[in-house]
Amino acid sequence: MAKITLKNLSHSYLTKQNSDSDWALRDVNIDWKDGGAYALLGPSGCGKTTLLNIISGLLNPTKGKVLFDDKDMTTLNPIERDIAQIFQFPVIYDTMTVYNNLAFPLKNRGLSENEIDSQVKKIAEMLELTSTLNNKASGLTADGKQKISLGRGLVRSDVNVIMFDEPLTVIDPHLKWVLRSKLKELHQKINRTMIYVTHDQIEALTFADQVVVMHEGQIVQTGTPVELFEKPKHTFVGHFIGSPGMNILPCEIKNGQISFEGKILPSNTNIKKTNFSKTQVGIRPEFIKFSNDGIPVKIKRVSDTGRHKVIDTECSSGSIKILANTSTQIPSGSAHITFDQKHTYAYGDNWIIE
Amino acid sequence: MSLELKNVEKKVGIETHIHSTNIKLEKNTINILLGSTLAGKTTLMQIMAGLDKPTSGEIWFNGKNVTGTEVQKRNCSMVYQQFINYPNFTVFENIASPLKITGINSDEIKERVGKVSELLKLSAMLNKKPDELSGGQQQRTALARALVKDSDLILLDEPLANLDFKLREELREELPKLFEDRDCIVVYATTEPLDALMIGGNTATLLEGKIIQYGKTLDVYSKPENLTSAKVFSDPPMNVADIKKSGDTFKLNNNNVQWKSNVKIKDGNYKIGIRPYNITTYKEGNNSIEINGKVLISEISGSESLIHFTNGNLNWVSLSNGIQQKNIGEETKLYMNVDEFLYFDQNNSLVNNG
Repeated sequence: MAKITLKNLSHSYLTKQNSDSDWALRDVNIDWKDGGAYALLGPSGCGKTTLLNIISGLLNPTKGKVLFDDKDMTTLNPIERDIAQIFQFPVIYDTMTVYNNLAFPLKNRGLSENEIDSQVKKIAEMLELTSTLNNKASGLTADGKQKISLGRGLVRSDVNVIMFDEPLTVIDPHLKWVLRSKLKELHQKINRTMIYVTHDQIEALTFADQVVVMHEGQIVQTGTPVELFEKPKHTFVGHFIGSPGMNILPCEIKNGQISFEGKILPSNTNIKKTNFSKTQVGIRPEFIKFSNDGIPVKIKRVSDTGRHKVIDTECSSGSIKILANTSTQIPSGSAHITFDQKHTYAYGDNWIIE
Repeated sequence: MSLELKNVEKKVGIETHIHSTNIKLEKNTINILLGSTLAGKTTLMQIMAGLDKPTSGEIWFNGKNVTGTEVQKRNCSMVYQQFINYPNFTVFENIASPLKITGINSDEIKERVGKVSELLKLSAMLNKKPDELSGGQQQRTALARALVKDSDLILLDEPLANLDFKLREELREELPKLFEDRDCIVVYATTEPLDALMIGGNTATLLEGKIIQYGKTLDVYSKPENLTSAKVFSDPPMNVADIKKSGDTFKLNNNNVQWKSNVKIKDGNYKIGIRPYNITTYKEGNNSIEINGKVLISEISGSESLIHFTNGNLNWVSLSNGIQQKNIGEETKLYMNVDEFLYFDQNNSLVNNG
């Protein structure tokens, strides 16, 4: 197992770069501790697969370095890097038994029969595959096969890092819960460095201790799930994390305070710098309440998700979403709302002002 | 306008794919087919479209028997999970393609394509080819093609499954609005309970080729007729436990958790279904009881915490608001909201449906 350091990584698929958008990755710096659980989160096209391929050695970065335990790996090929990777679709040998599928990576490395046997049985036990070890892999369901792929990634004890590339995409929602918590449990049991790549915020936030959020080739924030939720450093993080995401609306900065819809909004922010080309206020739907006075809004639509109500409202600056308990009485037509001061942030050119 | 399946059955060889199905869909409704992979959603839709013939039974449209009428002769559109567009056509030509076949004049085509592309935020992309678009835009193009002609029946087969989490959220919200002013019947297949809740309309829960329950979405969710329907419509999965009732006292089998309730049912053995958000680390509702748990794993998503725990010989899942950090193996106290329990008899039928 290893500590992973990415230093000033940039990558472009073009031979000549004229603008920021010609770069698939821009100046990525990451320090991942040995044994941690990490996630790379972002929409398709944000650069997360490029980054993954650079770590695994499938791609050489245009600029920058990849270090494992401070050793430069940048030009080494995937085999020399000792990495286990699990893909979106199960990769298994249909003609082999479950046992032989799990044993395969160990046999290739010339481990003794005894070592192989004990390692395979240990992993099978963790993944609840023990009773199916002698079955042919071909007869298994999609999630059964993906469990074997996971097992094959986890079976070697000498890998530097285990990387998961959207491993639960093909799995039905009901089984996703089971596999996801299994994975988290496994991480806590075997304590290897794991990197989980996904566009699904729930998977990333529940799996990882630290989440790296990527947007247009850049890291916009690295933090614990709580930090990303409570204090998004960039409007993209506010929008992308949380469901529905943060409400982000145009505002003005007057005398160091947020002025929105003609009212001064109390916030946590102490604004000194004001030379932005665009200023916005950000508030999560969870932190808005109906009140007797405040910002006037029109109620457009109420959806009941069984657990919450999602209320679409509109004010003159744009639409605002509110999340409320199902027992909350929703006014009809017009209403007033207030923002929780502790969770009201100002953004200048998309970055938090603090 | 209505679509009715009468005793529709589909067999392939000796296997029954669709068991005898009766369902009537009315004009101006969105109808969700909710169930896991292989539940029969796609087969049902193909039968509705006329792409597949039932082994027995009849399909009636607007009071006319259309069983055996080819798909070309029915006024119907379908959108699949995999976006299908003509790669060498522009977005405009893709959207216009179903109209060209019908021989509508080019002015009207332009107007209708313009209107629908505005609705789906494609106006700026009309001259692009599909491979220049993101996944979400490609699927929007496919949706636009389905909407541009005035179909009586629009079938959407997991149209959002291949999209990023955030795009899915966005389109899921837009979809019901798209159909608001149209005279048509919409059928939408999905594996995700949240899709159904956010879209609203009516929902049919499906399992293994059978429609388990059909009704208004929120009714099916909050008053499932039976345990199967409740399980299909629960994500994270519902907690189910065996209980015994005597007098006004209810008790979980295999441990000493008990509570009082005025639910009017006979003494005897039952099962309860408890949705994860009705088990929390804090008291909720007027009537809550304690349950002790040994923590298996806790997952924190920023705003919520999922705690998986064992009690008796069962695994439980709880979902609480806020950050509730628990360690693996920790003994902890949780609270169940008694007023939200669903009681099922030995035939798995809901008994507290008053």
